Amino acid sequence: MSLLASEAFSQASLAHAILLSGALLSIGIAGFLSRRNLIVMFLCTELMFQAVIVAMVAFGRWYWDFSGQVFVIFILTVAAAEAALALALVVLLYRRRSTLDAEVWTELRE
Amino acid sequence: MTPILTFIPKLSMSAPAVPVSDAIISPNLSWAGLILLLPLVSLVLCGLCAAMRVKSKLPAVITAASLAGAFVTSVFLYLNYEPPGEVIPLLDWMNLTWGEGRFESFTANFSLYIDSLSLLWIMFVTGLGTLITIYASEYMEPDLGKGYSRFFAGVSVFLFAMAALVLSDNLLMLYLGWEGVGFASYWLIGYYFERPAAVAAAKKAFIVNRIGDLGLALAIYLIWTTFGTVQYDELSTIFAAGSMNPEFEGWTTSAIPFLLMLAAFGKSAQLPLYVWLPDAMEGPTPVSALIHAATMVTAGIYLIARTYQFFLLEPVSLHVIAWVGGLTALLAATIGMAQHDIKRIMAYSTVSQLGYMFLGLGVLTTYGAAYHVFTHAFFKALLFLTCGAIMHGFAGQLDLRKISGLRHMKGWRITAWTMLIGCLALAGFPLTSGFFSKDAILAEAFVTQGPGFEILGWMAIFTAGLTAYYTFRVWFRVCAGPASFEPGDEQHDDHGGAFHPHAPRFAINMVLVLLAVGSLVAAVPYFMSNQADDRLVGGWVADMVHDSPARGGIPGFSETHAVHAIADSHEAAAHAGEAAHPTLFGMDPHAAMYWISGTVGIVGLLLAAWLHLWRRSAADAIKAWLYSQFWIAWLPRAMERKWYVDEFYHAVIRAPLWILGHIFYVFDRFIIDGVCVDGIARIPRGVARWLQPLQAGAVQSLAVVMAGGAAIILLLMALFMQFGWFGGQV
Repeated sequence: MSLLASEAFSQASLAHAILLSGALLSIGIAGFLSRRNLIVMFLCTELMFQAVIVAMVAFGRWYWDFSGQVFVIFILTVAAAEAALALALVVLLYRRRSTLDAEVWTELRE
Repeated sequence: MTPILTFIPKLSMSAPAVPVSDAIISPNLSWAGLILLLPLVSLVLCGLCAAMRVKSKLPAVITAASLAGAFVTSVFLYLNYEPPGEVIPLLDWMNLTWGEGRFESFTANFSLYIDSLSLLWIMFVTGLGTLITIYASEYMEPDLGKGYSRFFAGVSVFLFAMAALVLSDNLLMLYLGWEGVGFASYWLIGYYFERPAAVAAAKKAFIVNRIGDLGLALAIYLIWTTFGTVQYDELSTIFAAGSMNPEFEGWTTSAIPFLLMLAAFGKSAQLPLYVWLPDAMEGPTPVSALIHAATMVTAGIYLIARTYQFFLLEPVSLHVIAWVGGLTALLAATIGMAQHDIKRIMAYSTVSQLGYMFLGLGVLTTYGAAYHVFTHAFFKALLFLTCGAIMHGFAGQLDLRKISGLRHMKGWRITAWTMLIGCLALAGFPLTSGFFSKDAILAEAFVTQGPGFEILGWMAIFTAGLTAYYTFRVWFRVCAGPASFEPGDEQHDDHGGAFHPHAPRFAINMVLVLLAVGSLVAAVPYFMSNQADDRLVGGWVADMVHDSPARGGIPGFSETHAVHAIADSHEAAAHAGEAAHPTLFGMDPHAAMYWISGTVGIVGLLLAAWLHLWRRSAADAIKAWLYSQFWIAWLPRAMERKWYVDEFYHAVIRAPLWILGHIFYVFDRFIIDGVCVDGIARIPRGVARWLQPLQAGAVQSLAVVMAGGAAIILLLMALFMQFGWFGGQV
């Protein structure tokens, strides 16, 4: 398999893809932790999704295994549905408190 | 032989075959079970009365009727009795067999063993129980609708347990009754449970009795391991089989009588366990009369008479009993002399008279002991009931300095004169019942050979003088002299203004008169001829002892009968024999004792008359003089303070136990609870408190925790991979 992988997708290309994925994930996490706007936080979670997708496509190519790409199609579909749901939730939360600030939601504690 | 060897391998020794009882098995007498059944029925009915909140005297009527039924049943049993004893099977209780051998079965059935000794006991127990219940029906009137049913339920429990104790055919059922009477005693002493003194007295009685009960339990265990049975008839057969039984050697046969003795000393209030009995007077007076004077406290005498063969095997145990009895009699009499509470004087007098009975057992006159039990039951019950009548009528007044001249007061004459009869009998005034029964014991102390028995005899005679003195101190103070009184401090709602003593009415007076007649008539058995064996002396009571294991202690018995056969290798037989025929002042001791004890009794009586009737001021002057002389002042002071025995026990037993208990409490509270249980429980709570800020609820902080946790896991995984902690290769 490593023979096939080396032909199809060089180690350097894999490293680049993983680095891109790590960067996307870090930006997503940093954004999620630092921003208080609910929509921006939601976008940050989407960013983390993309990081995972990039990693899966890269590994799929590296191992010459298409299940990685098949998973990506599934994840995109689910993410689209989840985006609709999450945006609807954001709208509902906004209606409750008339603000998009995440700080007002602190009920979920011991 | 080492003790351990004699302890277990009986089967390897030449054990005789399984003993066959020679007592008659009489299932056709099973109606005798009514004696046990009737008090139980009465208990249930009294319980129902309590549940239905009956406000009449119904519980008293029920109890008196059922006890009278039990008494009539026991009299019928006596009339149907055939020597040498009958076993009446009632119920199977414990009947275990796990092999063929002698020590491989255990039988203790709910059967009755009827011989003359148990008949003597059950007749006076049920008879006095009936009379005292009738008395109590009036005495307990202030509690009608409150504790009335509870009281009579307690009396029923007591009679059931006492009947089980007396009539049982094995030691285990006796133990059941033994514990039962202890429980009933606790129940009834603590009857006035609102009073802390009554509760404390009940606890004291129960706890002190536990010490004796331990002795009884161990004794029964040792009897079983040594003799292979706890049934009286089988034990008698073993003893009758002769002196060469291997069971009669070894340490257990020496230990058994001492353990039985401990039990008897606990229940019958002897040194060193007598302290509970005077305190037991916190109970209602009928209880004091029935349980703590006439019947229950004689259970110890009964136990020793019932197991007398064990004592004959170990003569030292009889010497100990004699000395403990004699010393208790003297000590209690000295305390009784210095008390002011008449009920307490009677309590110490009971301890003292029980001491006489043990002295009788110790000097081998079981007949004397049984006779004294019999007469004492009548006159002491009478004395307690008169004290109770006074206490009832004068609102709880019991101080003999505050009541005087009762015999001049209207309505109190019967009380005063019946009390005189009781006092005469207790003091051993010539020709009263107490005179004959006490003489039987005193004379035998001089007849029987033993360590210092002669000193003991003189000590007992001196005690008889003290008895006459303190008895008549009560009577002359309370019943004679000028009429005057101070009421006690009990609240009586039925009197509007000034206090009027309410004299006893029909029920109390009738019982007092009946008991007074009984105290007088109890002298008659002494003059009756012996039916069972005309070589014996001692009249009817000797007959009643004759069929029991205690027959060795009847005067004139020993030469021909089993005592020699049982224990000829021991010295006991020498004591039982009257071969020596000692004399007292050149006379036969029994004849001399009439003069000596009669004189001593009259001297005590006259001394009391002088100090407490004719010259009451002289008594106070003498008392003041005694207290002013430093060389003698300790004596009356010690007597009044009961020889500091309670204080001594407090310092030696109670205080160390209290301290130990508190050490355990502190250990339990702070080490077990504080450190072990609560400490461990505190760990998760502390950790949780420490981690609590992580759960503040803000979305970002939750996310930080999650991201941080994921980061830590990732870091650890990276480290594991780096250093190969998962087995080197991943």
